[in-house]
Order: sequence, then structure tokens, then C-alpha cells
Amino acid sequence: MSEDDERHGTDTTHDEDGTDDDRTPFEAVRYADGSLGYPGHPVGPDGSEPVGTVDLSEHTARVVTWTTATSPPPGVRSPNHLAIVEFDVDGEPIRALGQLTTGDVAIGDEVRPVYAAELRDPEAGIRDPESQEWDGYRFEPV
Amino acid sequence: MTDVAIVGASMTQFGRREGEWIRDLLAQAGEQCLEDANVAPHELDHLYVSNMASGELEGQTGVPNMLAHDLAAIPAYTQRIDQTSSSGGAGVYAAWQSIASGASDVTLLVGGEKMTHRSTAEATDVIASLTHPVEYKQGVTLPSFAGLTARLYLDTYDAPRESLAKVAVKNHRNGVDNPHAQFRKEIDVETALDSPVVADPLRLYDFCPITDGSAALLFCSVEDAEARGEPYVRVTGIGGATDTHVVHERADPTTMGAVVESSEQAYAMADCGPEDVDVAELHDMFTILEFLQSEDLGFFEKGEAWKAVEEGVTDRDGDLPINTSGGLKSKGHPLGASGVAQVYELVQQLRGEAGPRQVDCEVGLACNVGGFGNCVTTTILEAER
Repeated sequence: MSEDDERHGTDTTHDEDGTDDDRTPFEAVRYADGSLGYPGHPVGPDGSEPVGTVDLSEHTARVVTWTTATSPPPGVRSPNHLAIVEFDVDGEPIRALGQLTTGDVAIGDEVRPVYAAELRDPEAGIRDPESQEWDGYRFEPV
Repeated sequence: MTDVAIVGASMTQFGRREGEWIRDLLAQAGEQCLEDANVAPHELDHLYVSNMASGELEGQTGVPNMLAHDLAAIPAYTQRIDQTSSSGGAGVYAAWQSIASGASDVTLLVGGEKMTHRSTAEATDVIASLTHPVEYKQGVTLPSFAGLTARLYLDTYDAPRESLAKVAVKNHRNGVDNPHAQFRKEIDVETALDSPVVADPLRLYDFCPITDGSAALLFCSVEDAEARGEPYVRVTGIGGATDTHVVHERADPTTMGAVVESSEQAYAMADCGPEDVDVAELHDMFTILEFLQSEDLGFFEKGEAWKAVEEGVTDRDGDLPINTSGGLKSKGHPLGASGVAQVYELVQQLRGEAGPRQVDCEVGLACNVGGFGNCVTTTILEAER
């Protein structure tokens, strides 16, 4: 099951450079009980397995809280604006954490995901560059 | 289940320990603890080392076996306990288990970390490596989780920013009288509020420092402690729990579920409640954490902890002194040592040996937090005089 063809909030997704290239979807999972999760886990909170996915890049979200961090670890931009945001997908809430494109936001602001090919330098930190993906989404005020 | 006692406690000087490495620090605390307990190394059945990252920080692994050799404790059974920042609390849990279950008659727990040879950025990255890949790639750090949570707490509960600064002021004041503390100087609210931003709205003085240090505890049965004739405290309650690995997946970011769960276990075992606690050591890695824990432990209603700090309730001469040691904030936070050092402070208090820091107490509680509330151990101790 996929809800990728359902659009809510925004009409399309955007890269930071304004193009609309192939990219990793902002993939959340839907568990058998109807709840959503980001990131996906092998099983949901009630032990049920995922039954589908939702691309959050097609939705807008509200800022739950945010911060600007000024002492980032190696390979991370400084300052690093970060937010926890909450999407509403057909009445089902789901939260995500991500970088903000600006520090000029407030709790409750509406934001949309914008794709970034590299969120931090994979070679600079302690984690093995091959062990995970480094692209993803930032949040931009609507 | 065997009743468990702590018959020895020690900690090294916390701070920048130039030229001393994890091996030196662990051995110092271990030797001091055996001396304090009047226990010979060959008496040890189990020897546990609480440590998060000696391999990543220093390139030294295998530390429990190394310590057993250095303390002449061979052939004691050893294990390393890593639960990130709560490795110390998890070590207390493991040591308690070893005695309570009868697996060991005498267990030495030593917690330690060597950190200051690394830059702040490097140490921050080692700690942040505990995060999920979707968090790590965004450059999130433990301080940034604190900034995110502090903003939401202040907004949700209409708490003044100054209330967080007052936690730092209180814990620095307490640290002045702790000879082992990294910082022994008072600060004022203005200094805290004017310090550089680290993770808005939190500033430098809302954060604990990077620290080298070690602490140790000696566990045996209450029956054995009585026979030894040494001063001891009872471990009357202990609980451990986890919360989500991914922090944003929690329903309420201002509630630490693992603090709630672990404390409920500990209170049930000790047959007491938050109203019975006389003194507490909480994991104030960031000032906001002292609010969250003191609420989730049941000391104060949700959203009310900031008022208690404003009213002086948690001062050393208040109704519920919190962090008489100076807390992680002023004492320092050598990751694996911190949960052990919390219990060290309570042992001093419950033995009546805390000197100028002494408060009137019979029951003490320690809450050690790993990650950003990801894993927690709560321990309740009672005096035996």
C-alpha cells in the first residue's frame, strides 16, 4: 500500500536549488494499526509490521520546537538550525527532526520539506560514511 | 533476594587530568574504594567497569581486564557496562544484581572516562554517535536536544528563562564545597544569561563541561556489611528503563518516560515514594534536565519544577536539596563515572560525612540519564547508622 499519490498541503516538492530531480523520498512507514512512524522500525510500537509508506516531502508540517546550535561537531554547518516538526497526514500525526533553512522561525510556524543532497560531511565525523545515507530534508518556512 | 549494601565509595578529582589516561583514573578510584571499604583485592568476585567510549576516545579497549590486573583482583569476573551517559547507573544496577542474586559476594564497580584530550567538537561527536542515523545526519547533538526541549518547556509552562540559569547558579554554589568538583566557583544569574549561546535558548552555563574522572563503589550483602563492622548504606530500591531511541518519536518531549518508569520500579522496591526522599542527585548534564527529572520522579507537578527552584526548595538548605555535589554542571561529567559519582555523593550524605555539604537525610535518590532520556537508572539508598 502506498499513499505517494496523495498530496496534502503543498503542490510539489523542491530541491534547495529549485530543481525537482530524483531524490530519496522522505519516507515514513504506516503500521498495521494505522499509525505512522518516522523513521521506520522493523515493527511498530504495538509490535505490528509496516504495511506501507508515506512520502512526507509532499506534506507541510508545524514547528513543535526549534533551536540554533552554535557548537556543531565536525562536518556539520554552523550555526545549525534544527526543529522537531509535526505533520498531519489524513488526521494522523507524525513527527520528524530536521535542519531548518533559517533560524527565523517560531513554534507553530508552517514549514515544508526541501531536499538536500548532503546534510553534513560524511567524511568528517566518527560514523563510517558507508553505514548510512547523508542526504535528506530540511524544513523551510512556507 | 539478598539485601544489598554499599560498604565503600571513592571518587578521583574531576576535571582536566593532564597526562592521566583511563587506566590511571580507574585504578585510582578502585584502589581508594577498596581502602575505604577495607576490602582486599583478592576478595572481589566481580569487578565491573562503567565506561562509554574509551575505545573511541582513547583507543583503549578491554578496560575491565586491565583494571583487574592493575588492582591485583585476578581472577575476578569482569565486564564492561556501556549505557552511554548512564553507564554508571547501569553499573550500579549490575552490581546490585550481582549481590542480590547471589552470583557474587563482593563486587567492585568502577566508572570512568578520559575525555579532555579531545576537542569539544570531537567529544560532542563521540557522544552524538549514540543517535539514530536520521538524527545523526542532521548534525543533531545532545546539547541541541536540550535546546529543543528547553524552548518547548519554557513555552508550554510559561517558565522564565532565568529559572534555568538559577539551576546553574545553585549547582555552582554547591560545587564550591566539593573538593572533587571540576568547577568550584560561584556564578550569578547575569553571568549565565550573558554567556555564549550553545543551543538557543540555552547558553554555555546551561551545560556541563567535558571531564576526566573516575568513581567507585563496593557492594556486598547487608549481612556481610554488618559482619565487617564498616559503615554502610542500603540499596533499598533500584529501577532501570528505556525510552525511544529516536527522540522526536516521544509523545511529549518534556516528559522522560524512562525516568518515570525506572523511578516507579525503584519506589515500589523501596516501598516509599517521592515524598520520602531527603536528598537527590539528578543528571543535570543540561539545566533543563533537572526540571524534567524532578517532575518525572514525582518531586513536583508537571511544569512546576521551575517554581521550586525559584523558591529555593532545591537549595542545600531547602526542603529537598538537589545536587549537593554540584551536579554534573559543576562537578563535571566523565560519562561512565557520573552515575557512580552520584551514588558516591549520596553515600557521603547518608554516612554523615559530607562536611560543609551535609544535609539532614535518611533517604537519598540518584537518577542517571543516558542519551536524552533514552535509558535511565534510578537508585534509592537508605542510611544505616
